[in-house]
Amino acid sequence: MADLTLTPNIPGGDDFYADLLAAHERLSKEESDAFNARLILILANHIGDREALSQALDAAKATD
Amino acid sequence: MNAIFETPLYPYTRHADQDAETPVRRKVVIVGAGPVGLAMALDLAQQGIEAVILDDNDKVSFGSRAICFAKRPLEILDRLGAGKPMVDKGVVWNLGKVFFDERKVYDFNLLPEEGHQFPAFINLQQYYFEQFLVDRLREIEAEGAPVELRGGSRVSSVEDKGDHVSLTVETPEGPYPLEADWLIACDGAGSPVRSMMGLDFVGRVFEDNFLIADVVMEADFPTERWFWFDPPFNRGQSALLHKQPDGVWRIDLQLGWDIDKEEEKKPENVIPRLKAMLGDDVDFELEWVSIYTFQCRRMEEFRHGRVLFAGDSAHQVSPFGARGANSGLQDVDNLGWKLKLVIDGTAPESFLDTYDVERVQGADENILNSSRSTDFITPKSETSRIFRDAVLDLSEHYEFARPLVNSGRLSVPCVHDGSPLNGVDALPGGPARTRPGAPCPDAPVGNGYLLAKLGGRFTVLTYEADAPDTFTAGPITAHRVALTAEDDTTGAIRERFVGTGGSAVYLIRPDQHVVARWDAFDPSAVADALKRASGQEV
Repeated sequence: MADLTLTPNIPGGDDFYADLLAAHERLSKEESDAFNARLILILANHIGDREALSQALDAAKATD
Repeated sequence: MNAIFETPLYPYTRHADQDAETPVRRKVVIVGAGPVGLAMALDLAQQGIEAVILDDNDKVSFGSRAICFAKRPLEILDRLGAGKPMVDKGVVWNLGKVFFDERKVYDFNLLPEEGHQFPAFINLQQYYFEQFLVDRLREIEAEGAPVELRGGSRVSSVEDKGDHVSLTVETPEGPYPLEADWLIACDGAGSPVRSMMGLDFVGRVFEDNFLIADVVMEADFPTERWFWFDPPFNRGQSALLHKQPDGVWRIDLQLGWDIDKEEEKKPENVIPRLKAMLGDDVDFELEWVSIYTFQCRRMEEFRHGRVLFAGDSAHQVSPFGARGANSGLQDVDNLGWKLKLVIDGTAPESFLDTYDVERVQGADENILNSSRSTDFITPKSETSRIFRDAVLDLSEHYEFARPLVNSGRLSVPCVHDGSPLNGVDALPGGPARTRPGAPCPDAPVGNGYLLAKLGGRFTVLTYEADAPDTFTAGPITAHRVALTAEDDTTGAIRERFVGTGGSAVYLIRPDQHVVARWDAFDPSAVADALKRASGQEV
């Protein structure tokens, strides 16, 4: 089981971030929420590793 | 209305016990002649244990009620001699469609695993199910099995006296006292026995109502299961359509908790909903409508001294996944042989606590699965609904999302990992699905099937391994079922029981769960495992 990657891992990170925001442009709050849910499910399926997914859930919880 | 509902199958008749000077003591008294009580009596009586069923009614269940019976319960019923007529009468289906809002999102074929004598499940009305069990009971009764079914007999008091249970039975001719060495309460979710004993039924998770309609279709409708999430004709709820024998279709409409039951049941309210489901051009006739309420909960313990609880009296789940009657039949399977060992004096009374341990595990698994289905079908928060809708939207376009769609996870038997009855797993490379605690999967053997060969006693199953034909530890004898590579006509035995090695030896319980496994027969190891699994001192 792979450890969750928490160091920079996306080449061209700024471009990805801009793409993410662009995808939400002109969406209502409701549409954005639905989009995010679909995106999470697609990415989670791609990762597929239950251990990495559990670590991701924990990492997202720790906001302080 | 089907005449089967109306015919008394076991009408009240006066019994000699009613005229006895002192209360008569019976070995086992079973309260309730539903699917679980009837199967329990069949299991015990076929082992030679006197079983008396008391039921306040005298007919089969009114309406279709439980209609989906899964593979493992069918295998159990086959061991009891009642499985095959059910499969012959029942409807087998593999195709389904899933609808979300106004559109179909995908269809599926269940493609069940091959090499099993019984199908993954059948649809069969509960009244037929009960009828077949009563038929079988009459058959073994005629052969001299010690079983009795007393209709019109309502239990009005229960007292555990330590070494027996004392009862009062109300009949149309007045009450009489009766005693039992053991009492099994199979009297349903509202169990009067449980109430009389002042026992609680805890763990309520949610409450819901279902409108259940049996519809006779005149058009040629396909044998498929259709499930709707949030359809226009039942907003915010679910709907289900599937087929029963005799051209009857079962429709379940989820209604939520806060409804007017009498209003909802009226044909003028039901028919427009059904038309919206089926389309205006489909002709149908409404045969039976009922509103069904469920909760998810279980008793803290299923054994209370000499009183044992089985089926809905012990645990109740949502209908998603058909885990009600199916799990009750697994309670029967687990309890029957254990009670036999205790009644014979082979195992101590405390051996019955393993019934509690293993079936509480089963009940918790069922409650977990049916709760997850219910949460998917009726999301409890806005975020939960957003994810649910995302799964359904994605399922229309991407295969990956379809396994996440949860309209019920079909009842599968519990693997008793960690059970005190389990022995060692000493089969290197053995398949995980047949580890100690697991129920044996069926497999073709020569011209027949494995489970039919195992039957209902302790078995030493060998594959390409030597062992004696019978093996005794204390008062218990296990019988060998010897298989060779030649018997394994499809390779299923190797895949399901052997794994990567060349041989295997399994010790199997009377309920066909695995006790322990090895790669070769070692008498002292098998003796230890057999003693442990039969409640003897190790």
